[in-house]
Amino acid sequence: MAAAEMYLMQSADIAARTLGEDTVVMSTLDSTVFMLNSVGTVIWNAADGATPLSCIVRERVCAEFDVSNEQAMADAEEFVGELAKHGILRVSSAPVSPKEAP
Amino acid sequence: MSLPTRIPGDSGGGDVVIEIGGFPIKVQTTDPELERILNWRYGDYIQPGKAPEFALRVHVTDPDVVDADADAEVWLEDREWKMVRGDFRASWSPAERRGEVRQTANPYSIDSVLRIVHTLKLAPEGGFLLHAASAVRNGKAYLFSGVSEAGKTTMVRLAPPDVTVLTDEASYVRKVEGRYFAYGTPFAGEMGEPGKNISAPIAAVYLLKKASENRIDRIAPAAALQRLLRNILFFAHQSDLVRQVFEAACAFVAAVPVYQLSFFPDQRVWELIG
Repeated sequence: MAAAEMYLMQSADIAARTLGEDTVVMSTLDSTVFMLNSVGTVIWNAADGATPLSCIVRERVCAEFDVSNEQAMADAEEFVGELAKHGILRVSSAPVSPKEAP
Repeated sequence: MSLPTRIPGDSGGGDVVIEIGGFPIKVQTTDPELERILNWRYGDYIQPGKAPEFALRVHVTDPDVVDADADAEVWLEDREWKMVRGDFRASWSPAERRGEVRQTANPYSIDSVLRIVHTLKLAPEGGFLLHAASAVRNGKAYLFSGVSEAGKTTMVRLAPPDVTVLTDEASYVRKVEGRYFAYGTPFAGEMGEPGKNISAPIAAVYLLKKASENRIDRIAPAAALQRLLRNILFFAHQSDLVRQVFEAACAFVAAVPVYQLSFFPDQRVWELIG
């Protein structure tokens, strides 16, 4: 059985800035700071609520970086889980429009 | 800019005007012991002739709950900032240019209130307080940032005679006409002494790391921003305020070079500075 799709949306409770290939994200709720590397930045910038993670990995990450789809997907899921745990990313099993985002 | 008009509730007597970072704040008290403490602690920062931006009236109370080590809680309520810690309760209304502080007769509570008020005042103007020692050499300011034990006070103690110390604990960063300046502060760390009350344009920030040899490495902008944010003093986790500080830090790292200073703690490290 295929794994459920994950749709990502950046939280509204953040401030973020991409400098070079990396992105610094700060939670405005508790001032926690995260730095995303170049791969994380690609996923972050593609988190539009409409594109499934599998598509982001296949069409963006694997296209730009020398990594297998399986490895990239495993890394991406771990990355997304970590950011979601801190409320930086919202994760849904269905597409989310910006108006629906909490 | 100082406002020369009279502040509501200005009593005249028992007042001490403390100017830090170019912002004069009048601290009003009827308690002679607290007034004596303020005059002793803030020394060069007391500017009797300056017209204050606003006034803080301090009410000295009996010690009931005193826990100065607890984290301060700061929040905005009805356009008035509220500040609470075990050893004080305070409020500040920027619009009305006045505030109230209830504390025991000790120097630490009003010192903390002043730090908080200054961070709130600085944020909308693109400035901030940074956990950093700072010093002036040849007309330029250098900041040495790091967590406790990183070496802030050590750098100050090792400074040669031509260096003027601004602080060994909390650096005051202010944006003036598009340039960043460091101001001296009375906010002292292990040195226990206030910095010199002067300012200078900031030439560089050094993030401190103790090592076996002296070395300077430029830090990439994103890493510089991340590490700088970790050392900026945050008291209020108010979303719009956090965003202001974040934007201020972004603008700062775009304008001021940030380096890692790996250093062996002896005087030779200052050969690399300035």
